[in-house]
Amino acid sequence: MTTNPNALLHRRDVVNELLRDRADLLVIAGLGAPNWDVSAAGDHPNNFPLWGAMGGASMIGLGLALAQPKRKVLVITGDGEMLMNIGSLASIAVEAPKNLTIAVLDNERFGETGMQKTPTAFGVDLAAIATACGIRTSRIVRTQAEVTELRDLAHEGRGTAFAQIKINPEALAFVMPPADGVILTTRFRQSVLGDEALFN
Amino acid sequence: MAEAAKSRGEAPAALPTWPDEIYRVLKDAGIRQVAMVPDAGHSRLIRSFEADPETRVVTLTTEEEGVAMLAGAWLGGERGVLLLQSSGVGNCINMLSLPVICHMPLLMIVTMRGDWGEFNPWQIPMGQGTRPSLEAMGVIVNKVDEPDLVASAVQGAAHLAFNTWKPVAVLLGQHVLGAKNFKELARK
Repeated sequence: MTTNPNALLHRRDVVNELLRDRADLLVIAGLGAPNWDVSAAGDHPNNFPLWGAMGGASMIGLGLALAQPKRKVLVITGDGEMLMNIGSLASIAVEAPKNLTIAVLDNERFGETGMQKTPTAFGVDLAAIATACGIRTSRIVRTQAEVTELRDLAHEGRGTAFAQIKINPEALAFVMPPADGVILTTRFRQSVLGDEALFN
Repeated sequence: MAEAAKSRGEAPAALPTWPDEIYRVLKDAGIRQVAMVPDAGHSRLIRSFEADPETRVVTLTTEEEGVAMLAGAWLGGERGVLLLQSSGVGNCINMLSLPVICHMPLLMIVTMRGDWGEFNPWQIPMGQGTRPSLEAMGVIVNKVDEPDLVASAVQGAAHLAFNTWKPVAVLLGQHVLGAKNFKELARK
């Protein structure tokens, strides 16, 4: 186990790498810091950053991945958000869409509420849970080189992938996307589905 | 529908026709994703969707997963339906923020417990709380107690949801489903 926080990855380095040359990648960002991280990498109509709906990010990813099998879907969320609906990993493993990757930024903390420890701080192994659910490509990521591998997996979409990325519990400046859910929904649908989405 | 008509002709008391009718209504509404936690009242409809290569049936570990999943489906241009029992409505409450604040359609078909004819006292709190909880979250609710009205209720709810981007729930009452009596079963 890594205990030296200086050896931990920095969350925005991780997200910038995951989104490098993002092309037509579709991104769901979990509420809180993962939302700000994805937004810091650049606001984009193909982002659906959550401001609430805690526990829903990975299942939004599933519904989207099933609806858009030719596109690649990347869910970037936090350990607290993932833990809130950990059963989602069972539901997703059964469906196993090839085009879905779930990247959990694991700072072992509830960051927005005072940095209280989450169960992962006590050794709960999300990657092992994902493996046990049946997601065969599931790993703990501790280096930028492994982040690059994960980025390639997400962009190639050769099978459902899950990663628990150990990151520094640093508190960074908020970088916010639009907060209006109608704007976020409409621009995402218009980008993915074309202008027809505005009439349906 | 042929099967439904057949069941009407040959065994009128055995098989209700509304599950086949709402399968047809949901197909006509363009439903492609079915998210569900099973309930006995939905079993026939679930079998119809499972036999249909055009629809994807996803079994959830808790109903709120389905609210999120169908939001993702909508973002990707597909329509879905959430099938659940009234007890599962309680599991959805905060996740309903998502379709409400984003103006996304959500079609829920809820089989009721804790209502007319209920034998299990533990079903009462959520059964009686189903409608007020949904309405408190901004979901439009339509309850049906007559088997003959189920199909039109679901059709109307689908139109309402997908044409006005609202979460809509149809509650199927125990008049429609038939109330179980486990105490009688236990005596056998």
